[in-house]
Amino acid sequence: MAAAPLLAIRDLTVQFRVDAGWVTAVEGVSIDIGEGDCVGVVGESGSGKSVTALSILRLHDRATTRIPNGSIVFKGQDLLKSSKRSLRGIRGGEIAMIFQDPMSSLNPVLTVSEQISETIQQHQKMSGTAARQRAVELLDLVRIPDARRRADDYPHRLSGGMRQRVMVAMAIACRPRLLIADEPTTALDVTIQAQILELLRELRQELGMSVMLISHDLGVIAEFAQSVVVMYAGRVVEQAPVAQLFRRPVHPYTVGLMAAVPKLDGDATRLSAIPGRIPGPQEDIPGCRFAPRCGFALNSCLQAPPPTELVGELHTVRCPPQVLALGDVNG
Amino acid sequence: MTDIGLEAIVSTAGLAPPRRGRSIRRLFRHRSFVIGFVIIVVLALAAIFAPLLTPLDPSAMKVRFRFRSPASDFIFGTDMFGRDIFTRVLYGARVSLFVGLAVSVISGFCGAVLGVVAAQFRKLDAPIMRLMDALMSFPAILLALGIAAALGPRVSSVIAALTVAYVPAGVRIVRAAALVVRELDYVQAARLSGASALRIIVRHILPNCFSPLLVHLTFIFAYAILAEAALSFLGVGVQPPLASWGNIIAEGRDYATEAWWVMLFPGIAISLAALGMNLLGDALRDVLDPRLKGGD
Amino acid sequence: MADAPIVEVRGLKKTFMVSHAGGTSPLNALDDVNFDVMPGETLGLVGESGSGKSTAGRILVGLIPATAGTVSLFGRRITGRDGAAALRAVRSRLQFVFQDPYAALNPRMRVGSSVAEPLEIAGKLSRRDRSDRVAELFELVGLPKISTDRYPHEFSGGQRQRIVIARSLALNPDFIVCDEPVSALDVSMQAQIVNLLMDLQQRLGLTYLFIAHDLAVVRMISTRVAVMYAGSIVETAPKKDIYAQPQHPYTKALLDAVPRPDPAFVRAPVISGEVPSLLDPPKGCRFHPRCPLVMDRCRTEVPRLAASGTERQVACHLFAERN
Repeated sequence: MAAAPLLAIRDLTVQFRVDAGWVTAVEGVSIDIGEGDCVGVVGESGSGKSVTALSILRLHDRATTRIPNGSIVFKGQDLLKSSKRSLRGIRGGEIAMIFQDPMSSLNPVLTVSEQISETIQQHQKMSGTAARQRAVELLDLVRIPDARRRADDYPHRLSGGMRQRVMVAMAIACRPRLLIADEPTTALDVTIQAQILELLRELRQELGMSVMLISHDLGVIAEFAQSVVVMYAGRVVEQAPVAQLFRRPVHPYTVGLMAAVPKLDGDATRLSAIPGRIPGPQEDIPGCRFAPRCGFALNSCLQAPPPTELVGELHTVRCPPQVLALGDVNG
Repeated sequence: MTDIGLEAIVSTAGLAPPRRGRSIRRLFRHRSFVIGFVIIVVLALAAIFAPLLTPLDPSAMKVRFRFRSPASDFIFGTDMFGRDIFTRVLYGARVSLFVGLAVSVISGFCGAVLGVVAAQFRKLDAPIMRLMDALMSFPAILLALGIAAALGPRVSSVIAALTVAYVPAGVRIVRAAALVVRELDYVQAARLSGASALRIIVRHILPNCFSPLLVHLTFIFAYAILAEAALSFLGVGVQPPLASWGNIIAEGRDYATEAWWVMLFPGIAISLAALGMNLLGDALRDVLDPRLKGGD
Repeated sequence: MADAPIVEVRGLKKTFMVSHAGGTSPLNALDDVNFDVMPGETLGLVGESGSGKSTAGRILVGLIPATAGTVSLFGRRITGRDGAAALRAVRSRLQFVFQDPYAALNPRMRVGSSVAEPLEIAGKLSRRDRSDRVAELFELVGLPKISTDRYPHEFSGGQRQRIVIARSLALNPDFIVCDEPVSALDVSMQAQIVNLLMDLQQRLGLTYLFIAHDLAVVRMISTRVAVMYAGSIVETAPKKDIYAQPQHPYTKALLDAVPRPDPAFVRAPVISGEVPSLLDPPKGCRFHPRCPLVMDRCRTEVPRLAASGTERQVACHLFAERN
């Protein structure tokens, strides 16, 4: 893809303030999202995937967060250096975000149409009636049955799946170029999850927008993403097109993660677990942060941060070649 | 990939060394806590070591020295009887601070017991809360005034009256916290293991209701000092010659224009004490609240 | 040799009174639930929200009272009159593992004391013996013995769950209800805890009721699976059968909805609609508004669990007609 990406995160480092000083939540993260792309970011807790997403729209608390390094370039503009006014214009307008828990994202004292209208009117000049009309259209677009009546409901009257649809409606109200979805289906039932994913897929095609989907669920990522970024303990460890990643995972963490996921088919009688635990951001580990748990770690892995290696088309891994060679015997 | 089952011990690398003093260190990093703490400690020490700080007797009347304005021999001046105000304020601190402490501790204890009982025993909930509602419907000062007047004007009446006035707020707070804690899984686990109601209350519910109560009690301390001053000012509290900050002000009322220092210095003392406790309470609330969610 | 079931549930019904804007209304959390748990097996109880699986689990160990129906544990009826006494008699043989490792431990108690609490309440061991037993339990779940003096906030989620499991094993129970024990954990931690539970089952001869919404995890650990929807059981079958050939339309829809970690997998069309409100459930079969194979009969008549094949039971008119 020769064209400049829609969103380019380069070398992003985010730190939070705690009692003892500053801890690094993410370090050296680089992710590209092209026009119309769907990028899945997968990782467990502490991987930094949500922190990265929130950084794009500068949604962190400024008093306790600092970004010492990195750039986030959206359509030629570095969001990290943009003014508050400029960001406010972009938020909800060109870049929209939906979160995991729709209940805490919706204002309980406003009706659904009031909230959607509010979003619309912040970015476009529109009368109240026109905004409401548009809100009803949007509710229809996200397949809420009986949209005209539902528009006057308060959030507590809606089920979890409905609320998430309202969130999506609010997010696409101004036809964003990029939609960031942070664990949008994690709190939902499996059948509702499938419905929401299908909805997002259809909307993506209809509106031609890019999506950054964050999830800990490999199944969701496999189904939805075109390319995948795997994060662990604040760093990106592997990036690849989705088919490539699942067919031939290379980084020992990715391999371990996929092996640890229980399957609906196959004959395994035991789950393959990764020993040890995920390090917290305050734990200072020189070298590769996965090395303490890695079955293939060499001495050098514990001392120096791993290099980024290209192992296939658009497929990069943060792991030294010697270790990759070991892993290849199995993969 | 190796497995973890019963064989390997999970790596202990993640277990940080025990951080016992962590909350206390966090408290001291809070500026309001430090200021409030210093104020209260200074006042308390001044009260305790009063005899060392002043050679004079708080009740000694030396008519020769009446209405001296603040100067090097009498730092806070003297009152209409020639008594040294500095000495009286120091000894008055003993009474006022003691009242504050006693009221908060006793009302806290009663509030905790009643609050937990109301939360745990559904049948007692309604009667207890209605009683508390009835008490709360009286303005605290009026209620205290009535009780103190009925019991006679002395320190113990003031303590009793203010305790009764402030118990309902404590009950509300503890009951609210207990109702939440009661539904938590660890309480269910204890029930499942056959724990008696008493055990559940003492080991599980009360310790986890402590934080909001503690914050509340620092504010009660401040209210109590102010209320004691008001009661003594109104004549139903501590009686002279025993000094309390409130009755010093009361006695100085008639001489406000000639000897303003008689009312000023105990007034400052009261304000300082209330301020100190409020700062402590604010800082405590900041430090304790997120911890209620169970640490990092 | 026919073993007596450890758990027998017949006609279990549970209604909660919920207060809302209009007053209070009855919420039908469980309606005519029937199942057994045999010694040594793991019965997986799956369902989405509103299925009633957690409620059923808590009723089984006496944390919530049943509204109607009977629950028998180890042959003793714990519902109805004298139920409380029966429960006290069998209490030491059953236990419960909770979902949220952050809420399952008292943050003000050292973890060693939390694990020792069932022993303390039972009162049979001296302090030294209790402390030995706690060390033994920690070792059993793979935690270092020296950590018994720590507080819960010093541990990670997975480690806390191990502590919760250790506590549940304190009195050597025979039957443990695990209520979503790994749902709040990361994938790599899930695998560790599931393996731990399976190892413990083998080593200690435990019987589990494993409640979860994650079908893949249930498949790993269960011997039999019961699927619940909106307060009743719709299908019960041995694990292999239910995953290979689901019969009830809801079971099929549920399995179809699970995303697979395989980009090439093409999913069957997603089922529409949502779990019904339990305040005003649909008449007849509660699944009928969403069922692709709905018949007239389904709208009026509630299907009962009936045998369909050798070891399977299905609550669906499609299969009742065949038999």
